[in-house]
Amino acid sequence: MLRYEDITVGSELPSRDHTATIVQLFMYNAAIWNPHRIHFDHAYATEEEGYDAIVLDGPLQGDWIGQIVTDWIGEDATLVSFGYANRRAAFLGETMTAGGQVEEKNDDAREVKISLYLKNAQGDVTIPGHALVRFN
Amino acid sequence: MAGLLTPDITAKIGQANPTIHVEVTRRDIQKYAVSTGQTAKKYLDGDEAPPLFHFGYSMEILPPEKLRHDGIAEDKLIPPLPLKRVMAGSSDTVYHRPIRPGDKIKMTRRLKDIYEKEGKTGPLIFVVTEVVVESEDGEPILNETTSLIAR
Repeated sequence: MLRYEDITVGSELPSRDHTATIVQLFMYNAAIWNPHRIHFDHAYATEEEGYDAIVLDGPLQGDWIGQIVTDWIGEDATLVSFGYANRRAAFLGETMTAGGQVEEKNDDAREVKISLYLKNAQGDVTIPGHALVRFN
Repeated sequence: MAGLLTPDITAKIGQANPTIHVEVTRRDIQKYAVSTGQTAKKYLDGDEAPPLFHFGYSMEILPPEKLRHDGIAEDKLIPPLPLKRVMAGSSDTVYHRPIRPGDKIKMTRRLKDIYEKEGKTGPLIFVVTEVVVESEDGEPILNETTSLIAR
């Protein structure tokens, strides 16, 4: 169980790697009903739009950093707010690492502010993010 | 200031797309949860939707011949911009309660603002939209603010 009292500013949340397959990317775009060709049509993405490979959806990468928070809090806190920004493209085949860090604690509100990142194997952050969670 | 924003463009500020009405199914939540690699049982079982689940509801359901060559549906909310290169998009959501199977929800997307700024490498246009998700009874579920930058 995660207790507000045990959380220290600066501590890291457990990180997780994601390597999407073409099947996972297909399932994701089917689930959200996204027919954008850069996410499934290799020839289109590379030849017509000039990308290196099939492009990972930004909101999928955003979800991966959101999971860093929801997996960490479980049922012990609620998500108050969550945000992410698309900084640079990530491609099919890349292994992306999601992680985060405790930035601030607000004892009166029992809230914890978290910074989040998704980075590629070179260490470039493709998606930064932030979240606020509240403990009972 | 470059003065890129014509009255035709700024007149769109404040306009909203038609409200979308959805009945949330457990199966839809499960598909989303599996495809995003969730590990929490409540998401995989479809008892509760992950935080970004609602994103898919913003996708218009159109036949292929109504889509552009790149597969995207024309965005009726955001007017054509004089700057074509979209640099970055961001999303910030405040949550009031999770979405659950059986929920009857409504979602409205509104164009909040379009403004321009002079960047280091030239003019930039900022586009801000707001998505409001609530139950059919008017119970707040979430408010999402998205922004994109064109240069």
